[in-house]
Amino acid sequence: MAAQSHTTSAAHSTVANSTTAHTYPPYTTRIDGRKLDELRPIEAKAGVIPNADGSALFKIGNTVAYAAVYGPRELFPKHLQDPKKGIIRCHYSMMPFSGSGERIRPGANRRAQEISMVMTAALQQVVDLSAFPNAVVDIYVELPQTDAGTRCAAISAASMALADAGIPMLDIISSVAVGQVNGTVVADLNYGEEAYEGSVSDIPIAVIHNTGEFTLLQMDGEISKDHLMKALEMGKIAAEKIYQIQRKALLERFTKE
Amino acid sequence: MALIMNKIAIAALAGQGKRLDNRTLTQYRTPIKVDTMISKTAEGSAKVQIGDTVVLAGVKLSIEKPYNDTADEGGIMVNAELVPLSSPEYESGPPTIKAVELARVTDRGIREAKAVDMKKLCIIPGEKAWFITVDVITLNDAGNLFDAAGLAVLAALKHARFPVVDEKTGAINYKEHTNKELPLIKEPLPITVYKINGKLMVDLTREEEKAYDARLTVASDKDGTISAMQKGGNAPLTINEISQMVDIAVDKARFLREQLKHI
Repeated sequence: MAAQSHTTSAAHSTVANSTTAHTYPPYTTRIDGRKLDELRPIEAKAGVIPNADGSALFKIGNTVAYAAVYGPRELFPKHLQDPKKGIIRCHYSMMPFSGSGERIRPGANRRAQEISMVMTAALQQVVDLSAFPNAVVDIYVELPQTDAGTRCAAISAASMALADAGIPMLDIISSVAVGQVNGTVVADLNYGEEAYEGSVSDIPIAVIHNTGEFTLLQMDGEISKDHLMKALEMGKIAAEKIYQIQRKALLERFTKE
Repeated sequence: MALIMNKIAIAALAGQGKRLDNRTLTQYRTPIKVDTMISKTAEGSAKVQIGDTVVLAGVKLSIEKPYNDTADEGGIMVNAELVPLSSPEYESGPPTIKAVELARVTDRGIREAKAVDMKKLCIIPGEKAWFITVDVITLNDAGNLFDAAGLAVLAALKHARFPVVDEKTGAINYKEHTNKELPLIKEPLPITVYKINGKLMVDLTREEEKAYDARLTVASDKDGTISAMQKGGNAPLTINEISQMVDIAVDKARFLREQLKHI
């Protein structure tokens, strides 16, 4: 990350030169005392928004995501309709007071648009689109407070909300971030770790439970190939832990009724 | 079709002093719940539930240059978003007139009441003052957003604490908060009273809202002082009705204010 500022000024370049993994002390104890592969405390609940066709709340540490599913409903504008299959659309939004700094202006921004796009791609790979031709399933995610890992929490919540809405799916998607901090591979980075001084990488992933395949893969920062593969392996195990929590919450929702 | 039937049924029932869910005309739904600290990233926050209606409110503070005509004062703004997560009737995009009205009415109830002592928000006259932004986000719109939003905003303001300011740089450290509360000198609460088929009622469900003829939102303080009003709907109101509506609103504001006692 710091390498990008290399050419901007003399002052910056000295910082950038020292920003390599080996010049920083290894990251051995995590800021919040977690084990390297330990996730933050997770809470999941399905059926939290009565108006929606399906909904869920997913909390991981201080990141909280509400997801609501509306549909299948008729798709407008009509030229987007396909008699063979429907579409899903994710809409990601941070509440104006949910950032770690100043108020965020409400409304669409580039970041939210991109996250909405990668969320849609991550989820639609397990949705049976042929089950709702000409129609759309809208998935809205709102985050009241955040501390890193928002797109992953959003995807995990959205996947539960889709299941809660009874949308035909091959599987549940579980999402989490992995990465490395000064040479140490860790799971579920918090904001303090994402912003840690030195060499950091943040890799949000989403995993199909049954096949272990990845439907979301992004990366920021820097990482070696070895560490990347180690991080992805750690991510698969972390995603499985999230899957178990999602499954339990969905079972609770439907045993109640 | 079902909607039209309901509209007729709701109006007919109202005429007899009855409602679809068996409440009396001036009875609120249950539960009524106010939770604070629902967002750790906000300077103050609250979640309000009235029946199935749920709204969140979050306070953010910033330091800005005061306006020229009020150089020794800070400022406050209330915004409301009817997010599509909260109802199949809402869509993504710029705020609709309904969202703008909700924001404006809630905003005026606080601002025009001078609920916050603006002079106490001033840091250096003409240079620096605190500005308060309160955002209301709907989680589930099952009717009566006006009352829920007003209660959530007041709860979030009561619960808010100033963030720490770095003495050297003057920058806000949003990660840490002081114990200092906002200079809230009044607690105005808006209550909306509706007229359906000649009868006055409160806390409408979404279905009932589609059947109203007129409504009047009245924000009032603890002592009954009125701080903002807004009439809506296409039917007119008599002076007699206005008088009754104000009485109901002041009475119900006292009732809802009870929920804020523990904050």
